[in-house]
Amino acid sequence: MEIKEIQEEIIDEFSMFDDWMQRYEYMIDLGKSLPLINEEFKTDDNIIKGCQSKVWVHAELEDNKLVFTADSDAIITKGIIAILIRAFSNQKPQDILDADTQFIDEIGLKEHLSPTRANGLVSMIKQLKLYAVAYQTQIED
Amino acid sequence: MLDIKKIREDFPILKREVNGKPLVYLDNAATSQTPQQVIDVIVDYYQNYNANIHRGVHTLSQEATDKYEQARIKIQKHFNAAKSYEIIFTSGTTHSINLVANGFASLINKGDEVIVSAMEHHSNIVPWQMLCERTGAILKVIPMNLEGELRMDVYEELLNDKTKLVFCNHISNALGTINPIEEIIEKAHKVGAAVLIDGAQAAPHLIADVQALNVDFYTCSAHKICGPTGEGMLYGKEEWLNKLPPYQGGGEMIAEVTFEKTTYADLPHKFEAGTPNICGGIAFGAALDYMNAIGFDEIAKYEHELLEYATQELLKIDGLKIYGTAKNKTSVISFNIEGIHPYDMGSILDKLGIAVRTGHHCAQPIMDFFKIPGTVRASFAFYNTKEEVDVLVAGVLRAKSMLL
Repeated sequence: MEIKEIQEEIIDEFSMFDDWMQRYEYMIDLGKSLPLINEEFKTDDNIIKGCQSKVWVHAELEDNKLVFTADSDAIITKGIIAILIRAFSNQKPQDILDADTQFIDEIGLKEHLSPTRANGLVSMIKQLKLYAVAYQTQIED
Repeated sequence: MLDIKKIREDFPILKREVNGKPLVYLDNAATSQTPQQVIDVIVDYYQNYNANIHRGVHTLSQEATDKYEQARIKIQKHFNAAKSYEIIFTSGTTHSINLVANGFASLINKGDEVIVSAMEHHSNIVPWQMLCERTGAILKVIPMNLEGELRMDVYEELLNDKTKLVFCNHISNALGTINPIEEIIEKAHKVGAAVLIDGAQAAPHLIADVQALNVDFYTCSAHKICGPTGEGMLYGKEEWLNKLPPYQGGGEMIAEVTFEKTTYADLPHKFEAGTPNICGGIAFGAALDYMNAIGFDEIAKYEHELLEYATQELLKIDGLKIYGTAKNKTSVISFNIEGIHPYDMGSILDKLGIAVRTGHHCAQPIMDFFKIPGTVRASFAFYNTKEEVDVLVAGVLRAKSMLL
Protein backbone atom coordinates (compact mmCIF):
# COMPACT_ATOMS: atom_id res chain seq x y z
CA MET A 1 0.00 0.00 0.00
CA GLU A 2 1.21 3.49 -0.72
CA ILE A 3 1.87 5.96 2.08
CA LYS A 4 -1.10 8.10 1.06
CA GLU A 5 -3.44 5.09 1.23
CA ILE A 6 -2.19 4.04 4.65
CA GLN A 7 -2.66 7.57 5.90
CA GLU A 8 -6.26 7.58 4.60
CA GLU A 9 -6.82 4.31 6.42
CA ILE A 10 -5.52 5.76 9.68
CA ILE A 11 -7.72 8.86 9.25
CA ASP A 12 -10.72 6.53 8.73
CA GLU A 13 -9.94 4.62 11.92
CA PHE A 14 -9.61 7.77 13.99
CA SER A 15 -12.83 9.26 12.58
CA MET A 16 -14.74 6.66 14.57
CA PHE A 17 -13.75 8.28 17.85
CA ASP A 18 -15.97 10.91 19.43
CA ASP A 19 -13.60 12.45 21.94
CA TRP A 20 -9.99 12.78 23.01
CA MET A 21 -10.27 9.96 25.55
CA GLN A 22 -11.06 7.39 22.92
CA ARG A 23 -8.29 8.70 20.68
CA TYR A 24 -5.79 8.55 23.52
CA GLU A 25 -6.91 5.10 24.59
CA TYR A 26 -6.44 3.88 21.02
CA MET A 27 -2.99 5.46 20.85
CA ILE A 28 -2.03 3.91 24.14
CA ASP A 29 -3.13 0.51 22.77
CA LEU A 30 -1.10 1.11 19.62
CA GLY A 31 1.86 2.03 21.79
CA LYS A 32 1.56 -1.14 23.79
CA SER A 33 1.39 -3.29 20.63
CA LEU A 34 4.27 -1.57 18.81
CA PRO A 35 6.84 -4.19 17.80
CA LEU A 36 9.81 -3.16 19.80
CA ILE A 37 13.16 -2.21 18.42
CA ASN A 38 15.78 -4.89 18.79
CA GLU A 39 17.57 -4.15 22.09
CA GLU A 40 20.95 -4.02 20.32
CA PHE A 41 19.76 -0.97 18.39
CA LYS A 42 18.61 0.89 21.51
CA THR A 43 21.90 2.72 21.62
CA ASP A 44 22.72 6.33 22.32
CA ASP A 45 23.49 6.76 18.61
CA ASN A 46 19.90 5.88 17.75
CA ILE A 47 18.37 8.10 20.37
CA ILE A 48 16.35 11.15 19.41
CA LYS A 49 16.37 13.38 22.41
CA GLY A 50 13.12 15.14 23.04
CA CYS A 51 13.01 17.16 26.22
CA GLN A 52 11.01 14.61 28.19
CA SER A 53 10.65 11.23 26.56
CA LYS A 54 13.36 9.23 24.88
CA VAL A 55 12.81 7.91 21.37
CA TRP A 56 14.98 5.34 19.61
CA VAL A 57 14.73 4.73 15.86
CA HIS A 58 16.51 2.18 13.74
CA ALA A 59 16.31 1.86 9.94
CA GLU A 60 17.23 -1.01 7.62
CA LEU A 61 16.99 -1.38 3.87
CA GLU A 62 15.17 -4.49 2.65
CA ASP A 63 14.50 -4.93 -1.09
CA ASN A 64 15.07 -1.23 -1.62
CA LYS A 65 12.47 -0.41 1.00
CA LEU A 66 13.15 1.19 4.36
CA VAL A 67 12.02 -0.70 7.43
CA PHE A 68 11.81 1.28 10.65
CA THR A 69 11.71 -0.04 14.19
CA ALA A 70 11.43 2.25 17.19
CA ASP A 71 10.69 2.55 20.87
CA SER A 72 10.08 5.19 23.53
CA ASP A 73 9.97 5.22 27.30
CA ALA A 74 6.62 7.08 27.23
CA ILE A 75 3.55 5.21 26.06
CA ILE A 76 1.70 8.07 24.34
CA THR A 77 4.84 8.94 22.43
CA LYS A 78 5.11 5.27 21.52
CA GLY A 79 1.55 5.32 20.21
CA ILE A 80 2.35 8.19 17.89
CA ILE A 81 5.53 6.46 16.79
CA ALA A 82 3.45 3.37 16.01
CA ILE A 83 1.23 5.51 13.77
CA LEU A 84 4.22 7.09 12.02
CA ILE A 85 5.90 3.74 11.50
CA ARG A 86 2.76 2.26 10.08
CA ALA A 87 2.63 5.13 7.58
CA PHE A 88 6.30 5.26 6.64
CA SER A 89 7.86 1.86 7.21
CA ASN A 90 8.30 -0.60 4.36
CA GLN A 91 8.32 2.18 1.77
CA LYS A 92 10.78 3.33 -0.84
CA PRO A 93 13.07 6.09 0.48
CA GLN A 94 11.99 8.50 -2.25
CA ASP A 95 8.32 7.99 -1.34
CA ILE A 96 9.12 8.70 2.32
CA LEU A 97 10.88 11.88 1.27
CA ASP A 98 7.90 12.99 -0.81
CA ALA A 99 5.29 12.18 1.83
CA ASP A 100 3.76 14.82 4.08
CA THR A 101 2.52 14.49 7.66
CA GLN A 102 -0.75 16.34 7.22
CA PHE A 103 -2.68 13.26 8.39
CA ILE A 104 -1.47 13.82 11.95
CA ASP A 105 -3.54 17.02 12.00
CA GLU A 106 -6.52 15.23 10.61
CA ILE A 107 -6.56 12.57 13.32
CA GLY A 108 -6.63 15.26 16.01
CA LEU A 109 -3.06 14.91 17.20
CA LYS A 110 -1.80 18.19 15.82
CA GLU A 111 -0.75 19.36 19.27
CA HIS A 112 1.87 16.61 19.41
CA LEU A 113 3.56 17.85 16.28
CA SER A 114 4.03 21.43 17.34
CA PRO A 115 7.77 22.18 17.24
CA THR A 116 7.52 23.62 20.73
CA ARG A 117 6.04 20.45 22.17
CA ALA A 118 8.76 18.83 24.16
CA ASN A 119 8.28 15.28 22.96
CA GLY A 120 10.82 14.97 20.22
CA LEU A 121 8.29 13.94 17.56
CA VAL A 122 9.20 16.67 15.16
CA SER A 123 12.79 15.52 15.45
CA MET A 124 11.57 11.99 14.94
CA ILE A 125 9.93 12.79 11.59
CA LYS A 126 13.05 14.69 10.61
CA GLN A 127 15.07 11.61 11.51
CA LEU A 128 12.86 9.30 9.41
CA LYS A 129 13.36 11.63 6.47
CA LEU A 130 17.11 11.82 7.09
CA TYR A 131 17.32 8.02 6.96
CA ALA A 132 15.37 8.18 3.70
CA VAL A 133 17.84 10.70 2.25
CA ALA A 134 20.80 8.57 3.31
CA TYR A 135 19.41 5.35 1.87
CA GLN A 136 18.16 7.06 -1.29
CA THR A 137 21.73 8.19 -1.94
CA GLN A 138 22.93 4.65 -1.29
CA ILE A 139 20.44 3.23 -3.82
CA GLU A 140 21.45 5.80 -6.44
CA ASP A 141 25.11 4.95 -5.96
CA MET B 1 -8.03 33.31 57.43
CA LEU B 2 -7.56 34.02 53.76
CA ASP B 3 -10.68 34.62 51.72
CA ILE B 4 -9.63 32.39 48.82
CA LYS B 5 -12.80 32.96 46.84
CA LYS B 6 -12.17 36.69 46.91
CA ILE B 7 -8.45 36.26 46.14
CA ARG B 8 -9.27 34.12 43.10
CA GLU B 9 -11.39 36.99 41.76
CA ASP B 10 -8.14 38.96 41.44
CA PHE B 11 -6.76 36.50 38.87
CA PRO B 12 -8.59 36.76 35.53
CA ILE B 13 -6.76 33.74 34.08
CA LEU B 14 -8.22 31.40 36.70
CA LYS B 15 -11.62 31.84 35.05
CA ARG B 16 -10.56 30.35 31.73
CA GLU B 17 -11.10 26.87 30.43
CA VAL B 18 -8.50 24.52 29.00
CA ASN B 19 -9.57 21.69 26.71
CA GLY B 20 -13.17 22.39 27.69
CA LYS B 21 -12.47 22.01 31.42
CA PRO B 22 -12.04 24.70 34.08
CA LEU B 23 -8.33 25.44 34.42
CA VAL B 24 -6.68 23.92 37.48
CA TYR B 25 -3.33 25.68 37.59
CA LEU B 26 -0.77 23.72 39.60
CA ASP B 27 2.44 24.86 37.95
CA ASN B 28 3.13 27.76 40.27
CA ALA B 29 6.74 26.78 40.90
CA ALA B 30 7.38 27.42 37.20
CA THR B 31 5.50 30.69 37.07
CA SER B 32 2.76 32.22 39.18
CA GLN B 33 -0.32 33.90 37.77
CA THR B 34 -0.76 37.66 37.68
CA PRO B 35 -3.45 39.50 39.64
CA GLN B 36 -5.48 42.31 38.08
CA GLN B 37 -3.77 44.79 40.43
CA VAL B 38 -0.42 44.05 38.78
CA ILE B 39 -1.88 43.89 35.26
CA ASP B 40 -3.37 47.36 35.89
CA VAL B 41 0.06 48.72 36.81
CA ILE B 42 1.52 47.33 33.58
CA VAL B 43 -1.29 48.84 31.51
CA ASP B 44 -1.01 52.15 33.36
CA TYR B 45 2.70 52.35 32.57
CA TYR B 46 2.22 51.91 28.83
CA GLN B 47 -0.89 54.11 28.72
CA ASN B 48 0.37 57.00 30.79
CA TYR B 49 4.10 57.35 31.39
CA ASN B 50 6.11 55.03 29.13
CA ALA B 51 9.53 56.70 28.76
CA ASN B 52 13.20 55.95 29.17
CA ILE B 53 14.53 56.52 32.65
CA HIS B 54 17.43 58.39 34.26
CA ARG B 55 18.09 60.41 31.13
CA GLY B 56 15.26 62.63 30.05
CA VAL B 57 14.47 66.03 31.49
CA HIS B 58 10.89 65.70 30.35
CA THR B 59 7.98 64.88 32.64
CA LEU B 60 7.28 61.35 31.43
CA SER B 61 10.90 60.31 31.88
CA GLN B 62 10.91 61.78 35.35
CA GLU B 63 7.68 59.99 36.29
CA ALA B 64 8.96 56.67 34.98
CA THR B 65 12.27 57.12 36.80
CA ASP B 66 10.49 57.94 40.07
CA LYS B 67 8.24 54.89 39.87
CA TYR B 68 11.15 52.63 38.93
CA GLU B 69 13.25 53.85 41.83
CA GLN B 70 10.26 53.56 44.17
CA ALA B 71 10.00 49.92 43.11
CA ARG B 72 13.65 49.42 44.02
CA ILE B 73 12.91 50.79 47.49
CA LYS B 74 9.90 48.48 47.84
CA ILE B 75 12.17 45.54 47.05
CA GLN B 76 14.82 46.84 49.47
CA LYS B 77 12.27 47.07 52.28
CA HIS B 78 10.74 43.70 51.47
CA PHE B 79 14.08 41.93 51.77
CA ASN B 80 15.32 44.31 54.46
CA ALA B 81 18.45 45.33 52.58
CA ALA B 82 20.46 48.07 54.30
CA LYS B 83 20.74 50.26 51.19
CA SER B 84 18.52 50.60 48.13
CA TYR B 85 21.59 50.51 45.87
CA GLU B 86 22.31 46.99 47.09
CA ILE B 87 19.30 45.95 45.01
CA ILE B 88 20.23 45.41 41.36
CA PHE B 89 17.42 44.97 38.83
CA THR B 90 18.09 41.96 36.60
CA SER B 91 16.07 40.00 34.07
CA GLY B 92 15.64 37.25 36.65
CA THR B 93 17.48 34.75 38.82
CA THR B 94 19.50 33.27 35.94
CA HIS B 95 20.78 36.70 34.97
CA SER B 96 21.61 37.49 38.61
CA ILE B 97 23.63 34.31 39.04
CA ASN B 98 25.52 34.88 35.81
CA LEU B 99 26.30 38.43 36.91
CA VAL B 100 27.89 37.20 40.14
CA ALA B 101 29.64 34.20 38.54
CA ASN B 102 31.11 36.41 35.86
CA GLY B 103 32.32 38.92 38.45
CA PHE B 104 33.96 36.22 40.53
CA ALA B 105 36.03 35.11 37.56
CA SER B 106 38.42 37.95 38.40
CA LEU B 107 38.44 37.16 42.14
CA ILE B 108 39.04 33.42 41.98
CA ASN B 109 42.25 31.59 41.29
CA LYS B 110 43.27 28.17 40.10
CA GLY B 111 42.83 25.60 42.84
CA ASP B 112 40.25 27.62 44.76
CA GLU B 113 37.11 25.71 45.64
CA VAL B 114 33.46 26.52 45.17
CA ILE B 115 30.62 24.50 46.68
CA VAL B 116 27.20 23.82 45.19
CA SER B 117 24.35 21.73 46.56
CA ALA B 118 23.12 18.52 44.93
CA MET B 119 19.63 19.90 44.49
CA GLU B 120 20.30 22.96 42.37
CA HIS B 121 18.44 24.17 39.31
CA HIS B 122 20.68 24.07 36.22
CA SER B 123 20.84 27.85 36.39
CA ASN B 124 22.69 27.56 39.70
CA ILE B 125 25.09 24.90 38.41
CA VAL B 126 26.08 25.78 34.86
CA PRO B 127 27.30 29.38 35.44
CA TRP B 128 29.60 28.09 38.21
CA GLN B 129 30.88 25.25 36.06
CA MET B 130 31.70 27.85 33.41
CA LEU B 131 33.44 29.90 36.09
CA CYS B 132 35.49 26.86 37.13
CA GLU B 133 36.44 26.14 33.52
CA ARG B 134 37.66 29.71 33.09
CA THR B 135 39.55 29.96 36.35
CA GLY B 136 40.65 26.41 37.14
CA ALA B 137 38.66 26.45 40.39
CA ILE B 138 37.22 23.18 41.66
CA LEU B 139 33.49 22.50 42.01
CA LYS B 140 32.41 20.45 45.03
CA VAL B 141 28.92 19.16 45.73
CA ILE B 142 26.96 18.88 49.00
CA PRO B 143 25.10 15.56 48.63
CA MET B 144 21.54 14.90 49.81
CA ASN B 145 19.76 12.02 51.48
CA LEU B 146 16.81 10.04 50.14
CA GLU B 147 14.33 12.42 51.73
CA GLY B 148 15.84 15.22 49.67
CA GLU B 149 17.65 16.95 52.54
CA LEU B 150 21.21 18.24 52.32
CA ARG B 151 23.88 16.27 54.15
CA MET B 152 25.10 19.05 56.43
CA ASP B 153 27.74 16.77 57.97
CA VAL B 154 29.38 16.39 54.55
CA TYR B 155 29.04 20.12 53.91
CA GLU B 156 31.18 20.82 56.95
CA GLU B 157 33.85 18.45 55.68
CA LEU B 158 33.88 20.18 52.29
CA LEU B 159 34.57 23.61 53.76
CA ASN B 160 38.18 24.69 54.10
CA ASP B 161 40.35 27.75 53.63
CA LYS B 162 40.37 27.20 49.85
CA THR B 163 36.58 27.59 49.71
CA LYS B 164 35.79 30.91 48.11
CA LEU B 165 32.09 30.63 47.32
CA VAL B 166 29.07 28.59 48.33
CA PHE B 167 25.83 28.67 46.38
CA CYS B 168 22.64 26.95 47.25
CA ASN B 169 18.95 27.41 46.71
CA HIS B 170 16.77 28.52 49.58
CA ILE B 171 14.08 26.09 48.44
CA SER B 172 14.49 23.30 45.87
CA ASN B 173 12.30 23.74 42.79
CA ALA B 174 12.05 20.02 42.13
CA LEU B 175 11.57 18.76 45.69
CA GLY B 176 10.26 21.70 47.71
CA THR B 177 12.89 21.20 50.43
CA ILE B 178 13.59 24.31 52.51
CA ASN B 179 17.34 24.30 53.01
CA PRO B 180 18.99 25.35 56.29
CA ILE B 181 20.56 28.42 54.72
CA GLU B 182 21.28 30.17 58.05
CA GLU B 183 23.63 27.34 58.94
CA ILE B 184 25.07 27.17 55.41
CA ILE B 185 25.86 30.90 55.47
CA GLU B 186 27.31 30.91 58.98
CA LYS B 187 29.62 27.97 58.32
CA ALA B 188 30.78 29.37 54.97
CA HIS B 189 31.64 32.69 56.60
CA LYS B 190 33.78 30.92 59.19
CA VAL B 191 36.19 29.90 56.40
CA GLY B 192 35.88 33.28 54.68
CA ALA B 193 33.73 32.14 51.75
CA ALA B 194 30.96 34.24 50.21
CA VAL B 195 27.47 32.79 49.84
CA LEU B 196 24.89 33.22 47.10
CA ILE B 197 21.38 32.03 47.85
CA ASP B 198 19.01 31.38 44.95
CA GLY B 199 15.67 32.51 46.36
CA ALA B 200 13.60 31.94 43.21
CA GLN B 201 11.43 29.27 44.85
CA ALA B 202 11.44 30.84 48.30
CA ALA B 203 10.25 34.33 47.42
CA PRO B 204 6.60 33.29 46.79
CA HIS B 205 6.37 31.50 50.14
CA LEU B 206 8.36 33.44 52.71
CA ILE B 207 10.26 36.66 53.28
CA ALA B 208 14.02 36.43 53.41
CA ASP B 209 15.63 39.07 55.62
CA VAL B 210 19.02 39.51 53.98
CA GLN B 211 20.53 41.37 56.95
CA ALA B 212 19.37 38.82 59.51
CA LEU B 213 20.63 36.03 57.25
CA ASN B 214 23.90 37.93 56.78
CA VAL B 215 23.89 36.57 53.22
CA ASP B 216 26.28 38.00 50.63
CA PHE B 217 24.03 37.59 47.58
CA TYR B 218 20.34 36.75 47.35
CA THR B 219 18.33 36.62 44.15
CA CYS B 220 14.80 35.96 42.92
CA SER B 221 12.54 36.36 39.89
CA ALA B 222 9.40 38.52 39.77
CA HIS B 223 7.33 36.06 37.75
CA LYS B 224 7.21 33.55 40.58
CA ILE B 225 5.72 36.12 42.96
CA CYS B 226 2.76 37.33 40.89
CA GLY B 227 4.94 39.72 38.88
CA PRO B 228 5.92 39.79 35.20
CA THR B 229 8.45 37.56 33.42
CA GLY B 230 11.86 38.90 32.39
CA GLU B 231 12.32 40.75 35.68
CA GLY B 232 14.14 39.94 38.88
CA MET B 233 16.52 41.24 41.46
CA LEU B 234 19.94 40.60 42.87
CA TYR B 235 20.76 41.69 46.38
CA GLY B 236 24.45 42.01 47.08
CA LYS B 237 26.25 43.38 50.10
CA GLU B 238 27.71 46.74 49.23
CA GLU B 239 31.29 45.59 49.83
CA TRP B 240 30.84 42.65 47.46
CA LEU B 241 29.12 44.68 44.76
CA ASN B 242 31.99 47.13 44.89
CA LYS B 243 34.51 44.32 44.51
CA LEU B 244 32.83 42.76 41.49
CA PRO B 245 33.61 44.22 38.07
CA PRO B 246 30.66 45.22 35.83
CA TYR B 247 28.97 42.37 33.96
CA GLN B 248 27.89 44.13 30.79
CA GLY B 249 29.08 47.37 29.27
CA GLY B 250 26.76 49.94 27.78
CA GLY B 251 24.72 53.01 28.52
CA GLU B 252 23.49 53.79 32.03
CA MET B 253 26.40 51.97 33.72
CA ILE B 254 29.08 54.59 33.06
CA ALA B 255 30.25 57.75 34.75
CA GLU B 256 32.46 59.06 31.96
CA VAL B 257 33.47 57.64 28.61
CA THR B 258 36.40 58.60 26.44
CA PHE B 259 38.13 56.31 23.95
CA GLU B 260 41.04 56.07 26.36
CA LYS B 261 39.13 55.16 29.45
CA THR B 262 35.67 54.69 30.89
CA THR B 263 34.83 55.10 34.53
CA TYR B 264 31.88 53.22 35.86
CA ALA B 265 28.78 54.54 37.50
CA ASP B 266 28.10 54.02 41.18
CA LEU B 267 25.91 51.24 42.51
CA PRO B 268 23.41 50.06 41.45
CA HIS B 269 23.84 51.47 37.93
CA LYS B 270 27.25 49.86 37.46
CA PHE B 271 25.39 46.57 36.96
CA GLU B 272 22.43 47.96 35.02
CA ALA B 273 23.72 48.55 31.50
CA GLY B 274 21.23 49.54 28.84
CA THR B 275 17.56 50.38 29.06
CA PRO B 276 16.12 48.07 31.70
CA ASN B 277 12.72 46.39 31.84
CA ILE B 278 11.21 49.56 33.32
CA CYS B 279 7.62 48.40 33.31
CA GLY B 280 8.76 45.03 34.70
CA GLY B 281 10.57 46.66 37.61
CA ILE B 282 7.56 48.80 38.50
CA ALA B 283 5.24 45.79 38.23
CA PHE B 284 7.63 43.77 40.41
CA GLY B 285 7.12 46.38 43.13
CA ALA B 286 3.35 46.20 42.64
CA ALA B 287 3.46 42.40 42.94
CA LEU B 288 5.27 42.67 46.29
CA ASP B 289 2.62 45.17 47.43
CA TYR B 290 -0.10 42.71 46.43
CA MET B 291 1.52 39.76 48.23
CA ASN B 292 2.28 41.79 51.34
CA ALA B 293 -1.29 43.05 51.51
CA ILE B 294 -2.42 39.41 51.70
CA GLY B 295 0.38 38.64 54.15
CA PHE B 296 3.14 36.06 53.93
CA ASP B 297 2.32 34.47 57.29
CA GLU B 298 -1.22 33.76 56.14
CA ILE B 299 0.03 32.57 52.76
CA ALA B 300 2.52 30.14 54.34
CA LYS B 301 -0.08 28.80 56.74
CA TYR B 302 -2.66 28.21 54.03
CA GLU B 303 -0.18 26.68 51.57
CA HIS B 304 0.99 24.31 54.27
CA GLU B 305 -2.60 23.13 54.73
CA LEU B 306 -2.86 22.56 50.98
CA LEU B 307 0.43 20.66 50.99
CA GLU B 308 -0.64 18.38 53.82
CA TYR B 309 -4.04 17.73 52.28
CA ALA B 310 -2.63 17.05 48.80
CA THR B 311 0.12 14.79 50.20
CA GLN B 312 -2.39 12.79 52.20
CA GLU B 313 -4.82 12.42 49.27
CA LEU B 314 -2.17 11.59 46.65
CA LEU B 315 -0.56 8.96 48.88
CA LYS B 316 -3.89 7.09 48.92
CA ILE B 317 -3.24 6.24 45.25
CA ASP B 318 -1.73 2.82 44.86
CA GLY B 319 1.78 2.87 43.38
CA LEU B 320 2.27 6.62 43.84
CA LYS B 321 5.62 7.72 45.16
CA ILE B 322 6.52 11.24 46.29
CA TYR B 323 10.07 12.49 45.75
CA GLY B 324 11.19 15.03 48.30
CA THR B 325 9.83 14.23 51.74
CA ALA B 326 11.88 16.66 53.77
CA LYS B 327 10.42 17.64 57.12
CA ASN B 328 10.75 21.26 56.13
CA LYS B 329 9.20 21.80 52.71
CA THR B 330 6.92 24.10 50.71
CA SER B 331 3.84 23.34 48.67
CA VAL B 332 5.57 21.37 45.93
CA ILE B 333 4.82 17.70 45.32
CA SER B 334 6.99 15.79 42.87
CA PHE B 335 5.63 12.32 42.20
CA ASN B 336 5.48 9.32 39.88
CA ILE B 337 3.25 6.32 39.60
CA GLU B 338 5.02 3.03 39.17
CA GLY B 339 5.07 2.03 35.51
CA ILE B 340 3.91 5.40 34.18
CA HIS B 341 6.19 7.89 32.44
CA PRO B 342 5.68 11.43 33.79
CA TYR B 343 5.22 12.74 30.26
CA ASP B 344 2.22 10.44 29.74
CA MET B 345 0.69 11.48 33.06
CA GLY B 346 1.16 15.17 32.25
CA SER B 347 -0.39 14.78 28.79
CA ILE B 348 -3.57 13.20 30.17
CA LEU B 349 -3.81 15.73 33.02
CA ASP B 350 -3.52 18.54 30.47
CA LYS B 351 -6.47 17.08 28.59
CA LEU B 352 -8.39 17.35 31.86
CA GLY B 353 -7.52 21.04 32.23
CA ILE B 354 -4.90 20.41 34.93
CA ALA B 355 -1.58 22.21 34.44
CA VAL B 356 1.37 20.46 36.07
CA ARG B 357 5.01 20.36 35.17
CA THR B 358 6.56 17.12 33.98
CA GLY B 359 10.17 16.25 33.25
CA HIS B 360 13.44 16.85 35.02
CA HIS B 361 12.55 20.40 36.15
CA CYS B 362 15.94 21.65 34.98
CA ALA B 363 17.50 19.64 37.80
CA GLN B 364 18.86 16.55 36.06
CA PRO B 365 21.30 15.68 38.86
CA ILE B 366 18.32 15.19 41.20
CA MET B 367 16.61 12.86 38.71
CA ASP B 368 19.85 10.92 38.28
CA PHE B 369 20.07 10.63 42.07
CA PHE B 370 16.63 9.03 42.25
CA LYS B 371 17.29 7.10 38.99
CA ILE B 372 14.14 8.35 37.29
CA PRO B 373 13.59 10.15 33.94
CA GLY B 374 11.62 12.88 35.66
CA THR B 375 8.59 13.48 37.81
CA VAL B 376 5.15 14.99 37.67
CA ARG B 377 5.24 18.13 39.80
CA ALA B 378 2.19 19.79 41.26
CA SER B 379 3.03 23.10 42.93
CA PHE B 380 0.43 25.07 44.84
CA ALA B 381 -0.06 28.78 45.38
CA PHE B 382 -2.24 30.64 47.86
CA TYR B 383 -5.02 30.93 45.25
CA ASN B 384 -5.35 27.16 44.85
CA THR B 385 -8.07 25.27 46.71
CA LYS B 386 -8.70 21.88 48.27
CA GLU B 387 -11.31 21.32 45.56
CA GLU B 388 -8.51 21.67 43.00
CA VAL B 389 -6.48 19.10 44.90
CA ASP B 390 -9.48 16.78 44.56
CA VAL B 391 -9.60 17.44 40.80
CA LEU B 392 -5.90 16.59 40.59
CA VAL B 393 -6.33 13.35 42.50
CA ALA B 394 -9.29 12.33 40.32
CA GLY B 395 -7.27 13.22 37.22
CA VAL B 396 -4.29 11.14 38.33
CA LEU B 397 -6.60 8.18 38.97
CA ARG B 398 -8.20 8.55 35.57
CA ALA B 399 -4.84 8.82 33.82
CA LYS B 400 -3.63 5.81 35.74
CA SER B 401 -6.56 3.69 34.58
CA MET B 402 -5.89 4.72 30.98
CA LEU B 403 -2.15 4.23 31.03
CA LEU B 404 -1.69 1.03 32.98
